[in-house]
Formats: sequence, C-alpha cells, structure tokens
Amino acid sequence: MLGELFIVFLKIGCVSFGGGYAVIPIIQYEALSRGWMTQGEFQQAVSLAGMAPGSIATNAATLIGYQSAGITGAVIATAGMVLPSLVLVIVLSAFILRLQNNKWLSASFYGLKPMITGLMVYAAIHFGYPNDGSILSWSFAGMLLIVACSLYLLLRYKLHPFIIIAGAGAAGIILF
Amino acid sequence: MANEQNNRLGMLLQLFWIFFRIGPTTFGGGYAMMPMIEREAVQKRQWLDEKEWMQLISLAGSAPGGVGVNAAAMVGYRQAGAAGAIIAIVGITLPTLLLVLLLGLFMRVFGDHPKLVAALKGIHGAVIALMVMAAYRMARAALFDVATTFVAVVTLAVLLFTTINPIYVVMAGLLGGIVFTKGKELLGMKVLTEKASVSRNSSEIEYYI
Repeated sequence: MLGELFIVFLKIGCVSFGGGYAVIPIIQYEALSRGWMTQGEFQQAVSLAGMAPGSIATNAATLIGYQSAGITGAVIATAGMVLPSLVLVIVLSAFILRLQNNKWLSASFYGLKPMITGLMVYAAIHFGYPNDGSILSWSFAGMLLIVACSLYLLLRYKLHPFIIIAGAGAAGIILF
Repeated sequence: MANEQNNRLGMLLQLFWIFFRIGPTTFGGGYAMMPMIEREAVQKRQWLDEKEWMQLISLAGSAPGGVGVNAAAMVGYRQAGAAGAIIAIVGITLPTLLLVLLLGLFMRVFGDHPKLVAALKGIHGAVIALMVMAAYRMARAALFDVATTFVAVVTLAVLLFTTINPIYVVMAGLLGGIVFTKGKELLGMKVLTEKASVSRNSSEIEYYI
C-alpha cells in the first residue's frame, strides 16, 4: 500500500503543471480507479484540502495518504508529490538557468497552457457532478447556488478565497 | 574549516526557518507565496537580484509542481546546494502537512457529524467556484488564437467523453507543444509562445494554484 501510494503520487507530481486545480482530476482518476475512496469521499477530502493553506493538490495528496495508510501514508504521499519538483529544480538550476533564456521550457508550456485550461474546466464540471447522478435534487441546487454566489463575490468584490471558503461552509450548514 | 561548516549549517537553519514561516501563511496557493519569498530572499537578504528573481519565477511556474515549492527549492539550491533545496522544501511543506493532518484527524473523529458534513458540502461549492475562476483566468492568458482554443476544446472533449487517464492527456499536451513550436521554428515561421499583451497582474495570477 505504501509503495503504491508513493509511486502514484510520484507519477502525479511529475505531471502537475499549472498548479493545484488542474491536478485534481488526475488525482481523482487514480484514487477512484484504484478503489482508494468513493467519489463522495474524494469530494469531501478535496473540500477539506481547500480549507488549508498551500497547494490544494498537495493537501489532497496528504489527506488521501492519511485516509489510506495513516500518518506514514500522509508523509509518503506528500513526499511523492514534491520529490519531482526537487529533482527537476536541481537539474534545472544546474543546467538551464545558466543558459539565460528558457525557450525550450516556454515551447513545452505553449502546448500545456491551453490544455491545462481544458483540464481546469473539466475539473470544475467533474468535481461538481453529483456522485449519485441526481441533478434534480435539493443538494445539487443548493450547491449550484453556492457556486454562483461565490463566483459573483470573487468577480465583483474580489474577495479573498479564504473568506469565500469560510462563507460557503457557513452557507452549507444553513442550506443542507 | 570548522568555521565554514558552521556557516553552512547556519545557512541551512536560516533556509528552514524562512520557509517554515512562509508555508502556513499563504492561503490561495503557490502564487500567494511569491511576494513573501521575494521579500525574504531578494529585499531583506539580497541572495538574488531583481532580474534573477524574475527568471526564477518564470522557471518555477513552468516546471511541474507547486510554484511556491519550486521557488523555495531554487532559492535553497542557490544558497546551499542540494541539501539547501531539500531543507527549503521540507520547511515550506511541513507546516501545511501538519495542518492538513490535523484536519484529517478532526474528520476521522467528527466526520459523521451532520453539521460538519453540511459545511463541507458548502465548501465543495466554493472549491468549484475557485476552479472556475482559475480556468477563466487561465483561458484569458492562454487562449489567444485558433490553435490554442482548439487544443483547450479538444482536451475538454477527450476528458469528458472518454475514460483516458488524464496523465496521458497532459503528456500529449507537453509533447505536442514542443513538436508544434520546433516545427514552426524549422519552417522559419515566427513563434509566438505567449499572448502578445499579457497584463502581468500579480493579484490575478494567485488563483491558478
């Protein structure tokens, strides 16, 4: 179990371009297809991960590791996520940073940015889809209401994400 | 000799302490950490100058992994080699790890409480809204011609209507970008890898992560 956790998150760490939200569908795919958790448990874990500072993807990895194999699992999963950064940064710093321009990197990122955009849209749709498929339900309607209000507040008043998350938690207690 | 070793140890301790303090204060992901790292490493300690810092940011953002973690590792590596990079990453990750563990423990004990389940359902909605925001901001920066829009739409369609592991989609995007840009270069065409007039508004970037 520990070995599998490490390998899976190492793999995810290698492709976690564009930061946290774009990585959520990748983690979801691995965690669900391996039977580590159900869709509902995953959604709960990511919501919890959003409450902590730092990258939501790394936090989600920590939580999944913890729920699958305790504290050791949490440490192993987190280490898997950050290890590729460490190796790559050492390699990049040693070689590429000296070459002044990083054309090669921006070339690879050219294809990535639009793809990450698609991945993020997918993340929002997939993550929002009710786990029992019941679109015509009170809980789905309530969730859409919270999404709409949060978006309005983020765009119109540029509120800090922390305030949005705290407010949504309170709204959840009232609505559900 | 002993003095040199002391200096090195002092540097490692300093790196750890700086990033340990930055880690837990950065709500909103990696880009929120950047101004704080800049203040510590560039302004206060002059480890890097402004130009080097800008280069470091662009590299940290392009490499896989969280931009904050990458930047910390780069600063650590510059100051104290591989050991410095490891110490910096441990420093910036540890506080969040402990906090998330506490949250996990809390969930394990009170996870069935209906009020907590309801609050998490509400937060679920907020996370979706933050995802939509991230996608919207990324789209504004990344989709500037037919090709890039096409790639985004195809990616979304593939993810929605097939069961391909998203990892392969990311790898395809990575390879495709290199082939496409190098191909254009070989044909002698002008390569535009970024939107011509990108407004570098740092307060907007932070939501990417």
